[in-house]
Amino acid sequence: MEIIDHYLYTKEHEWVDIDGKVGTVGITEYAQSALGDITFVELPGSADEVEQFERLTSLESVKSASDIFSPISGKVVEVNDKLTQDPGLINRDCYEKGWIAKIKISDEDETSNLLTADEYSNYLESLDRNDGGESADE
Amino acid sequence: MTAGNRPTSSSLASSKTFQEFPLNPYIANTETDVKDMLRSIGAKSIDDLFVDIKPEHAPRSFNLPAGLSEYEVMRKLTGLALKNSNELVPFIGGGFYDHYVPAASSALISRGEFYTAYTPYQPEAAQGTLQALFEFQSMICTLTEMDVANASVYEGGTALYEAMMMAIRITNRTRIVIDGGVSPIYRKLIKSYTHNLHFEFVETPVAHGQSDRAAFEKLLDQNTAAVILQNPNFFGAVDDHSDIIAKAHAIGALVVESVYPLSLGLLKTPGAMGADIVTGEGQSLGLPLSFGGPYLGFMATRRKYMRQMPGRIVGETVDGEGRRCFVNTLQAREQHIRREKATSNICTNVALCAIQAGIFMALVGKEGFKNLARLNFDKAEFARQEIAKIKGVEVKRSSPTFNEFTVSLPKDASDVVEAMIAKGFAAGFPLGRYYQGMEKYLLVAVTEKRTKDEILAYAAALKEVVKP
Amino acid sequence: MKLIFEKSVSGRQGLKLPVSDVPVQGVLPGKYLRSSDAQLPESSELDVVRHFTQLSQRNFSVDANFYPLGSCTMKYNPKFTEKVAALSGFAELHPLLPQLRGGEKYAQGALEVLFEAERWLCEITGMKAFTMQPLAGAHGELTGIMLVAAYHKAKGNKKKYIIVPDSSHGTNPASAAIAGYEIISVPSDKKGVMDLEKLKSVLTDEVAGLMMTCPDTHGVFNSQITEISRLIHSVDGIMYYDGANLNATMGRCRPGDVGFDVVHLNLHKTFATPHGGGGPGAGPVGVGEKLLKFLPVSRVVKGPQGIFALNYDYPDSIGYIASFYGAFGVILKAYAYMLLLGQDGLKQTSDHAVLNANYILSRLKGAYQLSFDRVCMHECLFSASKQVARGVHAIDIAKFLIDKKMHPPTVYFPLTVKEAIMIEPTETESKESLDAFVEAMLEADALSQKDPEAFHALPKTMPISRPDETRAAREVKVNCFG
Repeated sequence: MEIIDHYLYTKEHEWVDIDGKVGTVGITEYAQSALGDITFVELPGSADEVEQFERLTSLESVKSASDIFSPISGKVVEVNDKLTQDPGLINRDCYEKGWIAKIKISDEDETSNLLTADEYSNYLESLDRNDGGESADE
Repeated sequence: MTAGNRPTSSSLASSKTFQEFPLNPYIANTETDVKDMLRSIGAKSIDDLFVDIKPEHAPRSFNLPAGLSEYEVMRKLTGLALKNSNELVPFIGGGFYDHYVPAASSALISRGEFYTAYTPYQPEAAQGTLQALFEFQSMICTLTEMDVANASVYEGGTALYEAMMMAIRITNRTRIVIDGGVSPIYRKLIKSYTHNLHFEFVETPVAHGQSDRAAFEKLLDQNTAAVILQNPNFFGAVDDHSDIIAKAHAIGALVVESVYPLSLGLLKTPGAMGADIVTGEGQSLGLPLSFGGPYLGFMATRRKYMRQMPGRIVGETVDGEGRRCFVNTLQAREQHIRREKATSNICTNVALCAIQAGIFMALVGKEGFKNLARLNFDKAEFARQEIAKIKGVEVKRSSPTFNEFTVSLPKDASDVVEAMIAKGFAAGFPLGRYYQGMEKYLLVAVTEKRTKDEILAYAAALKEVVKP
Repeated sequence: MKLIFEKSVSGRQGLKLPVSDVPVQGVLPGKYLRSSDAQLPESSELDVVRHFTQLSQRNFSVDANFYPLGSCTMKYNPKFTEKVAALSGFAELHPLLPQLRGGEKYAQGALEVLFEAERWLCEITGMKAFTMQPLAGAHGELTGIMLVAAYHKAKGNKKKYIIVPDSSHGTNPASAAIAGYEIISVPSDKKGVMDLEKLKSVLTDEVAGLMMTCPDTHGVFNSQITEISRLIHSVDGIMYYDGANLNATMGRCRPGDVGFDVVHLNLHKTFATPHGGGGPGAGPVGVGEKLLKFLPVSRVVKGPQGIFALNYDYPDSIGYIASFYGAFGVILKAYAYMLLLGQDGLKQTSDHAVLNANYILSRLKGAYQLSFDRVCMHECLFSASKQVARGVHAIDIAKFLIDKKMHPPTVYFPLTVKEAIMIEPTETESKESLDAFVEAMLEADALSQKDPEAFHALPKTMPISRPDETRAAREVKVNCFG
């Protein structure tokens, strides 16, 4: 399962790539593969204020709808408009072109609540041990 | 498969009475079958399979009559059907009308392949239902001039409730402005449903003409989620709501318009007026009155709001070989996936009723639908004129009407209706039933089924009844 | 197959309308008229009949196929009940007629049907009264939860939560949320029944009630039901019975006798009314003494001379749930079914539903992973986990069955079991049908060992192969106009 070394992660399978005051947010390889073909992305409103681990937006796949939680608190400064026309971008390139929103970080200390790439990788392994790892939905 | 001989009496008497043969006609297991099956299971008797139901769970009573033969049930129920009189000539509507139901549509939905199927979970084995529903959705779209229709909800009243909830979700506001001309039955229903939720309802004054523009002007505010309108309204008045809709949009509210689908053969569409969500009762599209149901709620909306619309939606796609086919789509909205976050708790729709309405619209067709609407209009106008000739009876002419209109009588409308029943007419619906102060008003419906002779006889009888 | 719109030929009409016998009336002012015609298709009657007949042939149905869809009770729908519902005395009866003064006497037969059907359901379930208004199971649930809310409000109880077992029907949480409650989900233990200790740990004075399907979606009857009722009642909670699975227990157990205060039934399941490709159904709601005064209006009452009437005079009523008296045509069919079966026939129904399910369980438990190894009620629950290890999923087995001209069982539900295959044969299927199904399932298992890849191309014998659902959800074409 691909994981990017310098990103930070949540247990809900979101990633954030922090560049100065701004964090770019998306979902992980594990999440996109569990969801299957993503069919619709409800983009957050630009200028929305979000809290860490609160709902940022939601994604739909053929038979499921999933909330996406923000890894960090702050204000949405940019959203990935390309996802409106091409939600499959997340399936094809979840860590780069399939980013969802850029958030201006309001509290840098919050990053200590996130998982590093190593920690996230261990977390995924623990999930695999507890559970066959099969997605229920086809 | 061979039928085999079914034993007619039982020796398998492990429990007191219930494994006796012959069984009810909808069970095939014979005594031999039961023995074989129990052997495979490793149980001695059917009772053994109910081990989890302990003696303390046993029924305190199960005192029901013995079963009857099919003939006996038919005879009993035919007797009850005959107690419901067909001899009254119906001039009663209130949103539910005595239209003709074509034999072909009844015959087609009586095909077991339609009525004994279930929700199309397996699209390869349900293309019939799916395509028929796709065609129904298309017909509702062209009828209302809206972008997207669902495959139906329970009935017109629950459709209106669902539309209101949808507007609340979209706008994230909680105030609802309802036109006093919206069916009082629907308004009561909406209020029951929202009793535990914190919404604010305001109603424009009831007037038996068109919507009260000045009242809307006053009541619309920045917290208004939805304006709910109906055309024609409960009193039969036809309106063009374009101006009210524009004002609602200007403050960011959505507009829900409840419509009478048959009238759309003639009347300006809610789509053309600018409505955001359209609902209606589809009974007039070839469904029997059937004492209140099953009926057919339909919903349509703009494309931008389709993901907020409840109910099943059938969409077009292709199969592995590129052939066009149909599937339930936008399923992420539905309760079995979203559970408490679903757009609605609705599970079933009324697929068979939707298919029946689709068959009706296909039979009547483009020209026929216009002509049918026109026929309803003409008959009602004729009746309106004949009734207006009666001394002491006043028919409001201020608003145009479609096939139902309000008359003011010189005496209590319920008394008049009772007297008219004695003369063989279901004369209409007394408005005092739902509106204080309107005890002398009667709502009269005239469909394409009423003949000139029936209308003239009605007017003559009414003249007698209202004579001072 | 072409759409009816694509077969349209200008100038055709499939229904002859009466020629107007009244003088042509004036026209409406233009601003009230539609500007262009609705683009309905134009067809002769035969065009329409052939189109829809051919469409119907592209469906599986109980009439033509074994249809063991778990949790849906796809039993045979007797033909004579259709004939009853079509009688003109019922089909042409206007619902407002009994609301007219003097109009009741022209609807006595229909009112009697509602009154008597209610009495039958009361005796079957052990409840005091029913409202026949709810139009489907989920609608019944919503009504039931509204009754719960009305009860607590009247008593001044401060309640926030409805407890549901994780094995509950998907509609339960949605219904509770719409009635203003939050959900607490309680997991099942290893035997598939609700974990009593877990239930105790979430039980507080803020619990409004518990919603339970009994037997549940694991096909298990909860033997601790009396204890559960006692616990819920101890915090003045309401016991809610989801009657989706009543077909297992008629004559064996009545919800009213084991502590349930409110129930909803699905007439289209237990009482053999047709599913109609997804409705219309009917979901009457029954109550015990506690909730009686809150029932929706109108209610049908029987007067001193045996005259039936509508009564609206219940000041504590939650109000209108449907426009009229429920899905009358559906209620009528269920009533006819009950009259024919009677006491013995109804109990036989449950006995043979349970027998048939256990027979399938016994025949398939070698090849398929049984979720809970115990006798089941009217449905049995497997997981395709053994087949998944070979690369064949529940959905693949479903498609295999379609090629055998059998409707697949419910797959991927309940969510508590991975790769769930939930089989509900119903009492109306013969042993020959069950055996044929078992053989097909065993064949699928054998193929999963021999050639798992073969499944991906299935089904092969239907008018279409597997549809591209992703494309349908991304491109969203939901009518023929674009």
